[in-house]
Amino acid sequence: MSLPLFTAHTRPYRVGIGIGVLSWLVFAIVAQPLGITTALSEVSGGVTALFTGPDFIKANSYWSKTVPAIDYGTLFLVGTLLGGFMASLFHREFRIEWAPAVWSQHFGPSLVKRYAAALMGGFLTMYGARLAGGCTSGNGISGGLQLALSGWTFLVVMFASGLATAFILFKRG
Amino acid sequence: MTFPLSGDTALGLSVVFGLAFGWLLQRGKVTDYNVIVNQFRMTDFTVIKVMMTAIIVGGLGVLFLVDQGLAKYHIKDANMLGVIIGSAIFGIGMVLYGYCPGTALAAIGTGSIHALVGSIGMLIGGIAYALTFEGFKDGLLKVWALGKVRLPDITGIADPVWFGGLAVLALILFVMIERHESRSAA
Repeated sequence: MSLPLFTAHTRPYRVGIGIGVLSWLVFAIVAQPLGITTALSEVSGGVTALFTGPDFIKANSYWSKTVPAIDYGTLFLVGTLLGGFMASLFHREFRIEWAPAVWSQHFGPSLVKRYAAALMGGFLTMYGARLAGGCTSGNGISGGLQLALSGWTFLVVMFASGLATAFILFKRG
Repeated sequence: MTFPLSGDTALGLSVVFGLAFGWLLQRGKVTDYNVIVNQFRMTDFTVIKVMMTAIIVGGLGVLFLVDQGLAKYHIKDANMLGVIIGSAIFGIGMVLYGYCPGTALAAIGTGSIHALVGSIGMLIGGIAYALTFEGFKDGLLKVWALGKVRLPDITGIADPVWFGGLAVLALILFVMIERHESRSAA
């Protein structure tokens, strides 16, 4: 009898092992932790420079240290997006989703409402991540696996805040 | 070849590592808004399974690599007030958006239009942070600034004990979740 190890049931654990092993490679081969939002703020800087010119960016106290560039971090972002694309194509799961089911069940079919929440939520995740020093990847997983105080504080507070928010937001049904 | 690599090889590899990350997130179903939001509604436990497993497996390997001198730690500053306020804001944002920044990018790749819309919010958030950073850097970010500290440093409890404890906790949690899920399915 063989144990049913490769079922949909065990997949979250297998993916977790995969991300863990990926972090070994990234730490050892390119001396970087897994992370997203430092690079994303570089992209924010790049977008800003299109409107203000490069001098404005150089004079900013944040972007003068987190310099917008095509570097390890920003290329990792490109890879992450393409990785999602390739996996969904390969497994025939790619589909255009205008609004998700759980949202529509609770807040109706209005796309304006969903996009307003997505914009607001996107803004808050990014602003919060920068204030905290990283997101679920950089602070939560990379910080957590290094037993960093900042990482575990992030995990506990983020989870508590998310539970409270979901409780309030999805209260009615 | 000496590690860590740098230059163009490292840049090329960064795309490959990103691809692997995005691929894993999609396979783990965490590019799905419903899966992430339902974790916070406590009706789906995929997110916690993926994250806890990644942290323990990743942590044991990185501990070994650091021990052997094959890697070094990249610890973030524990500016505790900033971390606490930022993480609380992040939690609100993650439930509204239904994604965190990494899963959002991979989700755009899987065809999520609302993830794409929210990514504009993320870029604006990044701009807003850079423009307000001047006001934090000598204020808020200096409150309870403990530096690049690790839990073993502040508790005096050794790394293997931490991972042993985490592994036991995770195992108990996973067994509880699996039991709960098979009961709900029946």
